[in-house]
Amino acid sequence: MVYLTRKAEFSASHYYHNPEFSTEENRRIFGKCNNPHGHGHNYTIEVTVKGEVDPMSGFVVDLKDLKEIMNREVMETVDHRFLNKEVPEFHDLIPTTENLAIAIWKWLEPNFKVARLHRVRLYETHDLFVDFYGEA
Amino acid sequence: MKAYLTRRYWFSASHRLHCDSMSAEENRETYGKCNNPHGHGHNYALEVTVAGQVDPQTGMVCNLVDLDAFVDENIVQRFGHENLNILTEFQGVVPTTENLCIVVYKILQEGFRHAEVEKVRMEETMLNSFEYAGGREARW
Repeated sequence: MVYLTRKAEFSASHYYHNPEFSTEENRRIFGKCNNPHGHGHNYTIEVTVKGEVDPMSGFVVDLKDLKEIMNREVMETVDHRFLNKEVPEFHDLIPTTENLAIAIWKWLEPNFKVARLHRVRLYETHDLFVDFYGEA
Repeated sequence: MKAYLTRRYWFSASHRLHCDSMSAEENRETYGKCNNPHGHGHNYALEVTVAGQVDPQTGMVCNLVDLDAFVDENIVQRFGHENLNILTEFQGVVPTTENLCIVVYKILQEGFRHAEVEKVRMEETMLNSFEYAGGREARW
C-alpha cells in the first residue's frame, strides 16, 4: 500500500452563525468569526489517496486525473466564493473548517474507484488544520 | 462525523541532557553537545491534535478559544522561558523532547475536557520532531 498526497490552494470567505442561537450566543461562541459580512482565508488542501502501485504504470493514481478531480470537485466549487452564500452545502450548515473538510471528502470520494481516498487535510491558516478520514 | 483538529503553538525553553546514573564520560558520549553543563535552548513548535464528533450546532470539534486558553495556561506559560531541568516534571527524568512530549500529552489528557486528545507533536528544531499519542498508534 502506498499513499500519495496532492496539495492545492484556494481562497474563500465565510462567517459562522447559527440561526438557532441568539445574537449574544452567536457572538459569544463564534467571536470575530460571527461578523455577518464574512472574512477570508487562503486555504491549503492536501488530498491523500492510497492503493497498490500498478505494475504497468508504476502509479498509485494518475496525477493528471487526481488534479482534474480536485479542480472540478473542489476548486470550481469553493475558490473565490463566499461559502455561506454561494455553496449550497453551506446554506444550512456552518462552514467551519471541520464541515468544509467533510464536504470536500463527500465531493471527492465517489470519484475514486481503484485508488481510495484516505484523508482530506484542510489548512485554514498555517497553524490550524483539520483531518477527515471518512469516519462516522 | 469524526474529525481531527490540529493547532500549532510556540514556546522557548532551555535544557541540558544529562543522566545522573551515567558517568561524566558516558553522558558526554551519549548526549554530545547537549550535555554542556550550562544548558542550551530551543524554540519548540507544539502541535496538539484533538478529535471528536463535529457538533451539529456549532460545526466544531471543540471551540478553539477553549483549546488556546488551556494550552496557553497549562503548557506555554508552564514551560515557556523556563529551564526544563529545574521543573518538578523533570526531576529524575531527562528533559529530552521525547519526554517533553509525554509530559505535555499527560497534561492535556488529564486536564482538557472539551475533546479527545489524539496526539502531541513537538518540533525541537526545523530538522527533528517527536510524536506521542499515549502509546497508541496515532492516526496517520
